[in-house]
Amino acid sequence: MKSFIKSLFISLFSVGLLASALSAQAEETRQLVIKDHTFQPAEITIPAKTKVKLVISNQDASPEEFESKSLHREKMIPAGAERTIFIGPLEPGTYEFYGEFNPKTAQGRVIVK
Amino acid sequence: MLGSAVIVFREVLEAALITGLVLAVTRGVPGRTRYVTIGILAGLSGAVLLALFGDWIAPLAEGMGQELLNAGILSVAVVMLTWHLVWMKKHSQVFSQHIKQMGSRIENGEHDASIIAVIIGLAILREGSEAVLFMFGLSAAGSSAVGLFSGALLGVLAGVLVGVVVYFGLARVPLSKLFRVSGWLILLLTAGLAAQASSYLVQADFLPAISNRVWDTSHILSEKSLFGQFLHIIIGYVDQPMGIQVLVYAATIVIVSSLMYVVTHPLSPRTQRAVATSIVSLLLGSVLVVASNRAHAGHQIYVPYVKQGMVELQTARHISKAIPLS
Repeated sequence: MKSFIKSLFISLFSVGLLASALSAQAEETRQLVIKDHTFQPAEITIPAKTKVKLVISNQDASPEEFESKSLHREKMIPAGAERTIFIGPLEPGTYEFYGEFNPKTAQGRVIVK
Repeated sequence: MLGSAVIVFREVLEAALITGLVLAVTRGVPGRTRYVTIGILAGLSGAVLLALFGDWIAPLAEGMGQELLNAGILSVAVVMLTWHLVWMKKHSQVFSQHIKQMGSRIENGEHDASIIAVIIGLAILREGSEAVLFMFGLSAAGSSAVGLFSGALLGVLAGVLVGVVVYFGLARVPLSKLFRVSGWLILLLTAGLAAQASSYLVQADFLPAISNRVWDTSHILSEKSLFGQFLHIIIGYVDQPMGIQVLVYAATIVIVSSLMYVVTHPLSPRTQRAVATSIVSLLLGSVLVVASNRAHAGHQIYVPYVKQGMVELQTARHISKAIPLS
């Protein structure tokens, strides 16, 4: 058990190292702001087959979870914090996303052209 | 109030279901209660710590710290569940062979109980930290959020209640019958968690998605619906899976069930070598796939014409020389 945990930590550590070595290189960046439980802008247009860096900053006093089934992304963004999500390369189409904690108001979509 | 109750309920549900399920199928393992309590307490305190240090973890690895941590936690859970499955398989065979050495049995039992503690602790750690973060946010919003906060508590209670119902529901099934299906249940749970880990690794840009959507059954059973979410947790149902999720799910089932087969059917050294070789080459192959996903053309061919019998050297943007081969 002990040696197992030890090797586990070593492998987790090397995974972390590998992660920093193989950093994601996005070609474009888009800013997204969460304010009053809405995404601003609610619509983002990105080119097809391109990796895009999405920087989301939450300006509300409550946390939000960016979620999209079609983009396969989910990420918690605490109050006042900024988080990064990489999306793409994607095929042309419309990809909906929403805030899991305020799904009625926090809605948006990524249009891939 | 109801809104926050539903949100927290959804966050708590996964940890509660896994805990209930694992507890139900490990009835009779000696020393269980102590380890389960340790697992729950460790998971809860870990969840609070994770929520507190979220701002420190998130920027790591180019902003993908949270994803890698989630993938790491899920992978450990997968390894632990696999270990549990293999141990159970071996153990049940020992039982059937009537080899009863009381001392070693209890020792093995405690060994297994510590695995249960880790599995439950990890489930609570990962899901709990999001619930804790959500509730931190509510309490920061001030006294106006009292209703929201009591809603969140209601959500926690409802989630735990579902876990308890699952536990007692499964506990009614006789252990011998449960033993027959529990292996399969835990196997599907494990495969689902492995697929979830791969999804986080795609999000962190560590694995290729292979295909963004293999199928779409969201109009039949949405993952957002309560039953859809239930199936997602228990058997890993995904309404719009990526190729890698399907692949990892299937691979986990194949690998874990072969491990379970191997412990009860010892292989000849020759077969062992063959299996080991194929596993290593599979691993190497997948590493290559991941690596090739990151490959990009450092050198481009600018003029694709080469005369017969000549070798042409090209460097950035200009042709340097055409050399006769002979």
